[in-house]
Amino acid sequence: MLHTFVALVQDRPGVLTRVASLFRRLNINIVSLTVGESERPDTSRMTIVCDAPENAAHRIRASLYKLETTIGVDEVNRADAVVRELCLIKVGAGPNHPHGLHSRSQIFELSQVFRARVVDLAPESIMLEMTGSASKIEGLLQVLRESGYTILEVSRTGRMAMRRGHHTSRVLQALGTRQGQNTSEFPDPDPDALREDETLPGIFEE
Amino acid sequence: MADSSNANPTLTGAEILLATLAGEGITTIFGYPGGAILPVYDALRKFPTLHHVLVRHEQSAAHMADGYARASGRVGVCMATSGPGATNLVTGLATAMIDSIPIVAITGQVSSKVLGTDAFQEIDITGITLPVTKHNFLVTRAEEIAAVLREAFQIARSGRPGPVLVDVTKDAQQATAIFDFDAAKPHPYRPHPMLRAESSSIREAVALIQQARRPVILAGHGVVESGAEKEVLALAEAHQIPIASTLLGLDAVPAEHPLSLGMMGMHGESWVNNAIQQADLLLAFGMRFDDRVTGNLTKYSPNSKKIHVEIDPSEVNKNVSVDVALIGDLKEVLSLLTPLLADQHPPRSAADSEWLRQIHAGKGNASVRDIINLPDNGHLYAAHVISDIWHEAAAAGRLEQTIIVTDVGQHQMWEAQYFKHQAPRSLITSGGLGTMGFALPAAIGAKSACPDKDVWVIAGDGGFQMTAAELSTIVQEKMPINIAVINNGFLGMVRQWQETIYDKNYAASPILSPNFVLLAAAHGIAGATVNRRADVIPNASIARTSGKPFLIDFQVEKEDGVYPMITPGSGLHEMLRRPQHDPLLELPEDQ
Repeated sequence: MLHTFVALVQDRPGVLTRVASLFRRLNINIVSLTVGESERPDTSRMTIVCDAPENAAHRIRASLYKLETTIGVDEVNRADAVVRELCLIKVGAGPNHPHGLHSRSQIFELSQVFRARVVDLAPESIMLEMTGSASKIEGLLQVLRESGYTILEVSRTGRMAMRRGHHTSRVLQALGTRQGQNTSEFPDPDPDALREDETLPGIFEE
Repeated sequence: MADSSNANPTLTGAEILLATLAGEGITTIFGYPGGAILPVYDALRKFPTLHHVLVRHEQSAAHMADGYARASGRVGVCMATSGPGATNLVTGLATAMIDSIPIVAITGQVSSKVLGTDAFQEIDITGITLPVTKHNFLVTRAEEIAAVLREAFQIARSGRPGPVLVDVTKDAQQATAIFDFDAAKPHPYRPHPMLRAESSSIREAVALIQQARRPVILAGHGVVESGAEKEVLALAEAHQIPIASTLLGLDAVPAEHPLSLGMMGMHGESWVNNAIQQADLLLAFGMRFDDRVTGNLTKYSPNSKKIHVEIDPSEVNKNVSVDVALIGDLKEVLSLLTPLLADQHPPRSAADSEWLRQIHAGKGNASVRDIINLPDNGHLYAAHVISDIWHEAAAAGRLEQTIIVTDVGQHQMWEAQYFKHQAPRSLITSGGLGTMGFALPAAIGAKSACPDKDVWVIAGDGGFQMTAAELSTIVQEKMPINIAVINNGFLGMVRQWQETIYDKNYAASPILSPNFVLLAAAHGIAGATVNRRADVIPNASIARTSGKPFLIDFQVEKEDGVYPMITPGSGLHEMLRRPQHDPLLELPEDQ
């Protein structure tokens, strides 16, 4: 089954290798891995989707947390998180393609249905940009193929995930972690954000 | 130090490196010089408190740091140059990694300007050592050295300990920076998992212990690493729970304690393994259910509830599913758990424990066939050698001041079976990786850490030859280390497997050895050859009291086997027992 992990890691050379090497060592295939900046300085956020047995999730999460460069790890599922992916699709569309120049208008229509955007128009192709869940992207690709269009190129970012509501690590706090009690005398103006000096709680505290 | 009058002097990176080691309390470095680390060696003379032990191969440097750490509980330090010096450390780092030993390895690296150009003796050692270190660093600026090195020490000794490698480019060693030891202090280690007395898992554990009628404690290396020997024993005594040990947990509880059963697993005694199989509760303390202690997992202790106290969450439910996991430092967890038990569970006494009677009843039958209980038939058996070294130390009242460092193989298992360890950190052995050649260098590390203790190397003829060059190191360091070579002319454990599983096809297991006593003599080390049981104790006594290194070549029975033995795929209770009609009792053919 697919597991989705969100990891906050140090933004330093070699950190990606450590994460990737962990999955290699466990002989688990990474379906997608996205890395980018997070809301905190010097901290990158990764969303890792991997295909592994159901009972492997704990071990993966614990092993990710064991890396010295990892600040926090969370496992999210579709129910409590927004999961999105960005996709660029280049479709053959021009006088020499089966549908001829009509194909362009048909692709425009299809893209509207799927809320994709046309971002480039070339003599022989159209490039579409689409954001959404993986299944929606696969839906568009399937419709294009079944309508007889030639898909020339596909580039997908892989999934990014974010918990709904509280900050990913705040959810862990609510489960009874070390920093669960807020000692501040003023109500936090933005309870879903993390203070700059706030350290993320360890995920294996009870 | 170059400029000690100034509170925060400007030093070279090399001086900062050594000053940081000194500041961390390090007194011994095991290393081997070379081009990319020479600035550090050049600065060594300015640090008289740092003693450098010159090794004969960098693998040994890592094993020495490892032995130092195992014997003392402090972080061991080794050092090597770039390229081949660094790659030679890998086996030693892996040995320390899998056994959770805190060491810091420092390697020189080519200058940062030529990194990645395949410069002379350049190797990507942080890449190579990624899976065999707890963490590693590449340092390219003198300003970073102190902070990185201090963080390395913190990582090595915190949580589940492990080796950390710090790769320092030559230009970082040569550049200068302001040295401020206190400012380089690392941030506190990542929050430690904390359980509370009211935690539900603690309450579940208490309930399981209360209900148990046939509990067994499984004591692992974590007992020693956590320093929880007394706490484990107190819990066991209060509730009359027998203790089975892993190989690395053997010295966690005194072997002669009535509740100590001995080693579990592949070569554990039958009553130990049977107790685990029949138990209704396993209390796994700082152990990781390695395949060598569980046998076939599907048949492992099928009727027991399991409580796992473990500092590394990734070890929980890895091999064996447990009912309650208590994540944390063993000593801290027991400090929560034990008082709750005292409240709710009146201590049992040995007399009313049917379970203990049942376990001990199994002992009598099992030990009858044990070679150690048979009369002297003129042959010398490894079991006798090890038992007599123990007798000799015990008779001299030196048992608690004796450290045994074993290599890997049959002799290692016999040591585990027949040497009765009484004190923590008195057995040093490569458990997880099973690194042949470990004993001699690790003993040098142990002797450096504990110069007042008697250190015995017990090695086979195969493993001893892997690192025999370190005999020279012993002499150069004037270290009175005693060496027992258990010489049977075979790679004994390989031969035993070939006998049991490969139809006696002794492929590449017979091994020719030099005359070990002459080899020792070539190094200026005295020695003796022993092939009669009566000569074991007198020679062991000479070795222990000579005040100099001493090597004994014990020429033992060639085709002796370690029993009981659990063959691969078998359950813990399905062991090959000691041969009923002991062929070893028959007269030798030449008589």
